[in-house]
Parts: sequence; structure tokens; C-alpha cells
Amino acid sequence: MTVRLVYFAWVREKLGRGDEAAELPAHVKTVADVLAWQSSRGPEYAEVFARTGVVRVAVDQVHATASVDVSRAREIAFFPPVTGG
Amino acid sequence: MAVRVQAGDFDVGREVASLTAGRTDIGAVVTFSGVVRGEARGKALVSMTLEHYPGMTEAELGRVEAEAQARWPLQASLIVHRIGTLKPGDNIVLVVTASPHRHAAFEAAEFLMDYLKSRAPFWKKEIAADGSGGWVDARDSDQAALDRWSPAGAERG
Repeated sequence: MTVRLVYFAWVREKLGRGDEAAELPAHVKTVADVLAWQSSRGPEYAEVFARTGVVRVAVDQVHATASVDVSRAREIAFFPPVTGG
Repeated sequence: MAVRVQAGDFDVGREVASLTAGRTDIGAVVTFSGVVRGEARGKALVSMTLEHYPGMTEAELGRVEAEAQARWPLQASLIVHRIGTLKPGDNIVLVVTASPHRHAAFEAAEFLMDYLKSRAPFWKKEIAADGSGGWVDARDSDQAALDRWSPAGAERG
């Protein structure tokens, strides 16, 4: 199934894109799996996603921890810790 | 109960007036305004640009507001957060809470700000007078402020 990947702040700037469509590999089941898969997709992805614990994830616009299931996700977002207010 | 994300400024007096218009049951209104400081990391700040996640921002602010509603007897509440490029002295964020008595309104306003700072998907990028700048890092003190309100402070898993 096709999923929309969206990026914000320095994650977006370092990857050079705000969003993209992708097919998740069959073995990618959780947020932790998605982060590991992202870091394998090329040098710029490796640089952003290798820093474990820095990039935060939202699945279908809800904050998600490492164990959250992504197999039915339509949109997965990646961003630094938020700094509003 | 409302949340708004907007590029334009807000008028605190007008927002409070529209929240309380025609009501005599409200006994306490608390407002918090966040303003852009003219200093960042020891340097003069030229501007600050706020990026956000359209859709999730409104949803998350709504969840934060619902959490406050569940904890305190609020009669009305409002969150307004600006996006785009702001200058020192500009308004960034407004929180208004109304309740029959002051304690609930004070506590709920502080809760809303602590939650908003740690959960709402906004990111600030600063430009200093010497041309330097960058994305603002999250502060440990913001997480500590959120943890005061635990156990509901725990991130959903």
C-alpha cells in the first residue's frame, strides 16, 4: 500500500523535500521499523535518521512511539522535537 | 471551545469579549499571551519563522483542549497560534480560559501552554542580526513542565 511520508523543519531541509509517496517494504511493521528503513534509503536519509531518538514520528497525525503499528498508515510524518508556544 | 492557527495578529481584548459576550455565568477569565523576544542565544533577533503541520496542528490543539476540559470545569477556552515570519514584540500565541472561579482558569491556562509547547507540531527558525540562525532546539525544561501534569503527560504509545 502506498503511504505518504511528510517532513518538517530541519528534517525537510536536509532531505530536500517536504513529502513523498512510498511503498513500505513488507517487513516494516512499526515506527521503529520505518525509522530503520528510512536510514537505509540513501546518504541524506542516513544522516537524518541515523541519530536515533532525535527524529519524532506521527502516524496519521497522532504522535507515535517506536512500537506503534504502521501497516495501515496513510500518512507518516517525521520531524524534530516541537518548539511552539 | 476553539483552536485557530493563523498568520495574522490577534487582539486579546476582542478575543476575550467574543468569548464572554452575552454570558453571566463566567466568574473568571485568564489570558496568556506569548510574545517574540528580541534576543536569541545572546544575539539580537531579526525575525522568527514558525512552520507547522497543517491538519495535525489543529487536531493536536483540539486534543490538548479536550484534555483541559476533562480536568477542569471550563466554561470556555480558546487557543490561537500564529505561523509565518514574526518580529520581536509580535504576538505568537494566545490562550484564554473561562470558569466560574479563578483557580480552574489559572491552572487550565498553564496546563494548555505546557501541553501546547511539548505536543503541538510547530517549529521555530530564528534569524539573528549577524545573519546567523537556525532551528530552535526543544528545551528539557518544557518536558519537565509537562511532566508536572502526569500521568496524562505520558506520550501516547
